[in-house]
Amino acid sequence: MTARIFAYIPHKAGVADDAAAELASAARKLDPAASPTAILAGWGADLESACHSLCASFGEVWKIAHEALAYSNAELVRKALVKILPHGSILLVPHDHFGIDLSPGLSVKINSAFISDVVAIDALEGNSLNVVRQEFGGQVSTHVRCDISSGAVLSLRPGAFQPLEGAAVTGVVVDKSSDVGSLAAGRRYLETIIAEAGDVDITKQPVLVSIGRGVQEKDNVAIAQELADALGAAVSCSRPVVDAKWMDKSRQVGTSGKTVKPKVYLACGISGAFQHLAGLKGNPFIIAINKNPKAPIFQVADVGIADDLLEFLPLLTSKIVELRSIAH
Amino acid sequence: MEILVCAKRVPDTSENEIALNSTATDIERDDLVYSVNEWDNYAVEEAIQIVARVGGSVTVATVGGEDDEEILRREMAMGANHGVLISDDAFAGSDARGLATILKAFVQKGNYDLILTGVQAEAGGAQVGGMLAAMLDYPFASLVNSIEVLEGRKLKIGREIEGGNREMSEIDLPCVLSIQTGINEPRYVGMRGIRQVASVKIPVFGASELGIDAVAVGERAAKVKRVDYFVPALGKGAEMLQGSREEMADKVIELVKTKGGLR
Repeated sequence: MTARIFAYIPHKAGVADDAAAELASAARKLDPAASPTAILAGWGADLESACHSLCASFGEVWKIAHEALAYSNAELVRKALVKILPHGSILLVPHDHFGIDLSPGLSVKINSAFISDVVAIDALEGNSLNVVRQEFGGQVSTHVRCDISSGAVLSLRPGAFQPLEGAAVTGVVVDKSSDVGSLAAGRRYLETIIAEAGDVDITKQPVLVSIGRGVQEKDNVAIAQELADALGAAVSCSRPVVDAKWMDKSRQVGTSGKTVKPKVYLACGISGAFQHLAGLKGNPFIIAINKNPKAPIFQVADVGIADDLLEFLPLLTSKIVELRSIAH
Repeated sequence: MEILVCAKRVPDTSENEIALNSTATDIERDDLVYSVNEWDNYAVEEAIQIVARVGGSVTVATVGGEDDEEILRREMAMGANHGVLISDDAFAGSDARGLATILKAFVQKGNYDLILTGVQAEAGGAQVGGMLAAMLDYPFASLVNSIEVLEGRKLKIGREIEGGNREMSEIDLPCVLSIQTGINEPRYVGMRGIRQVASVKIPVFGASELGIDAVAVGERAAKVKRVDYFVPALGKGAEMLQGSREEMADKVIELVKTKGGLR
């Protein structure tokens, strides 16, 4: 193993992204003896403190300080990385909105292989790297073999690599800024528009009736609402329901929506894409209802019902209403 | 504005259960329902809407074989002006880099101001658009969920970032954008519309027309190769309830009560 391993770490307000520990763990999978190098780009005091915070977990932290990088622009970061990455490097990047922006183009510019959204690393044998990916929204997985003789960029699925307990190291910050030179991009950041709050705050609900594509049409949202009303719960949803404009964006659970932490989560007609599951925290009890018995949601749910939600939910609602009327 | 949309025909996951074939070298493709990749369909709709506002034309291109023509016709029925099939035996087995190489050669034969792709297709790679942009030295943005045409060969775009927030940027033309679902509401395409374009001749471009060196694409050039498919044995999996619908509903109520979900 001669290829040097790097981890590109996003940071915000002086704090390194949680991905740092996951990327370090993935680097150890590639090479147990590896001492991966972190790379951070940015500007000012925020960059300094993020770099120093990583010295406890990386032997070397490469710093790229540039005024143009005060806001993380993938095209500029790419241009900087092209200048400083040694030939044949392996670069690990989180597969998030920044990684998706950066990685494919970077792999072209440094003429290395690219594997996207890696969920596991099996083995590195010489220049042949074996990893696991998923296809069809997680319904099937694939073993992928990659020729890394001219290096590789790997984007890693957030949450797929468990951070390892490791002995603390005393890393050093290496300033690479002067190697970068001037930076200009064809895309310029203007502002961030914060998502609007909705009528119901799904992040504070102990019970969520959550609907996905399986709800089939807008009128059927009422079926979920009736169940939620009977339970004293709220209705949330997955991305396709928002894309179809059946529910407001403020009801969406997932990476591009809200992070929720209910006690009970009824996933109704939701396939279970990782972007959706990433929005579920606090280990809720998940009851999944889906027509497709192979839906990935059944791999993570506690209890599964292979049935059509349009039949099952109304029955459930009527039984709860009946129960309540007896109780009163 | 001359807009190129790169589209792909894929098995429709909302219509199919995906299973492995007997040798696990592929998914079982018999009896699958295919359609245009969902993300690409939003990209075509966006292109049509931009052209309706500022003029120009929409070309939809796909890399594939004869079977893939159907999505070009579908997108033309939607309102795209041209469909192009990029097809050659030498392209078979290309990885994302190979696909981007093929598309780059096609783009350079034309004069496009804006190139759109879907964010990702069935394999979830989210990579061809970014690679194509880098090869062309065009600016790129992924996960785009709004486009506004500005004066002076620029666009104002929104990107979907974490928590439903949107990152707004200005981007110079020509550029490549990967389009996120939900950016618009793709129009319905009826059988009548499809029939109207059924006899339109779809031009086909191969490696020689595009000046593509066959060793730069296809299976032999691919650095990234799928070895096999498998269904992961993940964790313990859900306890699947059995019995009648009534019995399952009673069990769910009992569980929800136990977990404190019935107040």
